[in-house]
Amino acid sequence: MVPLSWYLTVAALLFVLGLYGVLSRRNAVAILMGVELMLNAVNINLIAFWRYTRPDNVAGLVFAIIVLTVAAAEAAVGLALFIALYRLRETVNVDEIDLLKG
Amino acid sequence: MVLKVVFLLISLFTVGSAFMVVTHRNLFSSALFLVASFFGVAALYVLLEATFLAVAQVLIYVGAIATLIVFAIMLTRGMMSGRTSPRNDQAVWAGLSSVVLGLVLLYVVVYRVRWPVVEKPVPPDTIERLGSALVGPYVIPFEIASVLLLAALIGAVLIAREREI
Repeated sequence: MVPLSWYLTVAALLFVLGLYGVLSRRNAVAILMGVELMLNAVNINLIAFWRYTRPDNVAGLVFAIIVLTVAAAEAAVGLALFIALYRLRETVNVDEIDLLKG
Repeated sequence: MVLKVVFLLISLFTVGSAFMVVTHRNLFSSALFLVASFFGVAALYVLLEATFLAVAQVLIYVGAIATLIVFAIMLTRGMMSGRTSPRNDQAVWAGLSSVVLGLVLLYVVVYRVRWPVVEKPVPPDTIERLGSALVGPYVIPFEIASVLLLAALIGAVLIAREREI
């Protein structure tokens, strides 16, 4: 069987790549893509721990399904916000969205 | 042995696609690489014998979220042509902090801690038990998730609607 630490390594790499995307991109949609990568990394971790520690207990799977649901809701509301913002300001560039700046 | 080779190929594909997502200049190509990465994660779920989660991953992430993202890119066009840099001025610090966090995660969480691993097979009726668990002991989180989805649905329609000003 593949060792558990290999799955944790892949999840850590995905999480770090997503974090880099969130911190470094200027387009808001690209930032959302980074968030989705991070959520995927979390789900890999949850399911790997379920498989390698308690495969007879479905709690890990339930947790992963809830994360999936929240990711779907977050993507829908986030993209609706970007579309509304684009109508208002003609940009989804987070550098230029500074309405609250004094 | 075969499993390990398959795992390495899938994870190389997944992480490589994720790298292209965060570094590619063209936003549309980024979205397509994101789809590839989602498929790789679904393949990892199959390797972990979480078949229901693999199908749900393909349906929800590839089928719904990736399509939504492509729609949003189309509707907010003009920003993605590549005239300006896709990165902001804190990109160097972002890369540095990501690398540091990655090293910490790999060292402490992955290789330093000994996780209590057991070699048990997955019961064949896992999906059945997952279904009864969702309406049994986990019925409150399940219902809250439904209410959250309904709120997100109504909220998204209200927010993205055209206002007559």
